[in-house]
Amino acid sequence: MSLYYVQKLLYQINRDEYALARFNENFDSFLAEYRLTEEEILALRNADIGLLYVMGVNGQILMHFAAMSSFAWDAYLDAMREGIRKHGPVRAGLYATVWS
Amino acid sequence: MSLVFAGVCSHGPGITGRADRADATVRDALYASFDRLRSALEASRPDVLIVVAAEHFANFFMDNMPAFCMGMSDTYVGPIEDPQWLGIPRVEIPGNAALSLQLIESVMTDIDLAYAQEWKFDHGIMVPLHFLTPEYTLPIIPVNINCQGPPLTPLTRCYDFGRALRRACEERAERIAIIGTGGISHWPATPDSGKINEQWDREFLNHFVNNRRDALVAYTDEEIYREAGQGGFEIRTFVAIAGATEHSRGEIWFYEPIPIFAVGATIAVMSIS
Repeated sequence: MSLYYVQKLLYQINRDEYALARFNENFDSFLAEYRLTEEEILALRNADIGLLYVMGVNGQILMHFAAMSSFAWDAYLDAMREGIRKHGPVRAGLYATVWS
Repeated sequence: MSLVFAGVCSHGPGITGRADRADATVRDALYASFDRLRSALEASRPDVLIVVAAEHFANFFMDNMPAFCMGMSDTYVGPIEDPQWLGIPRVEIPGNAALSLQLIESVMTDIDLAYAQEWKFDHGIMVPLHFLTPEYTLPIIPVNINCQGPPLTPLTRCYDFGRALRRACEERAERIAIIGTGGISHWPATPDSGKINEQWDREFLNHFVNNRRDALVAYTDEEIYREAGQGGFEIRTFVAIAGATEHSRGEIWFYEPIPIFAVGATIAVMSIS
């Protein structure tokens, strides 16, 4: 689980057209620069919004990846809900925070 | 002349990006209130507008997240998002690097403040500017408070930041306006998007317009997350404006939950005393 690097990758393609082009055109070599698990690589390759949400990707980062992956707003929300049904509750990050 | 105007407003991307999906009567009332806010801002004849915002991982990430950051450039660009998605064309926005430098140097005597000479505005700044300076002629100085990733900027420090910013403004000859922009309760970009805790919002706004400092800084992150969602962390921008207008009171011009905008849309102003 390397949520930090999944979010960093998405942060970079959200704000940098060159990074986005590399993500789209040289997916394997671009992702090799990050410490990602096989599950994370697969979720990014398939634009699996539901799984990425369950992994803990912040919605403020995820919604832009969803939009560039052609998810309309309602489809984006539905994909996260389906992700919870399919994979269970959010595993890490802000939405899994247990306050002490 | 120092501070000449202070207010707060919402910035949800749906306000412009999903405008066609809102109830037209409520949407138009919100837009009319934004027009009123723009008219009041213009009537104060500002030389510059400071926007205290809660940016959303557009410029700042967890590799180096400042508690507070102020822009220091003569030019900014935005929106960083897809303009079609946000419903706002990409433009250049004027800044004022020289004034930023002077404000930063002054604020830093009280508050540890980062600066940024490059800043791509996201919806947190672009939605307010779309309504408040639609021709993008008014120089902008952006401020970010970390409202997204814990550990979050403490509310007491946000109030103190507002005080320091006010003091820095008082030292300047320029006419300076300030707008805080953020949500109150909301769960943006999550499966709960559209959920709004109106009762919590109204209680918070009552504390805000009466500038009850002790009540404003008493909220815990746990309580905010539970009652107001992760979007509620953005009350930090309101708390900073309260600090900048300490001992003054304000007036709520608009509050209405608009689920498709994912926020209780809010516009309020504070008097300058």
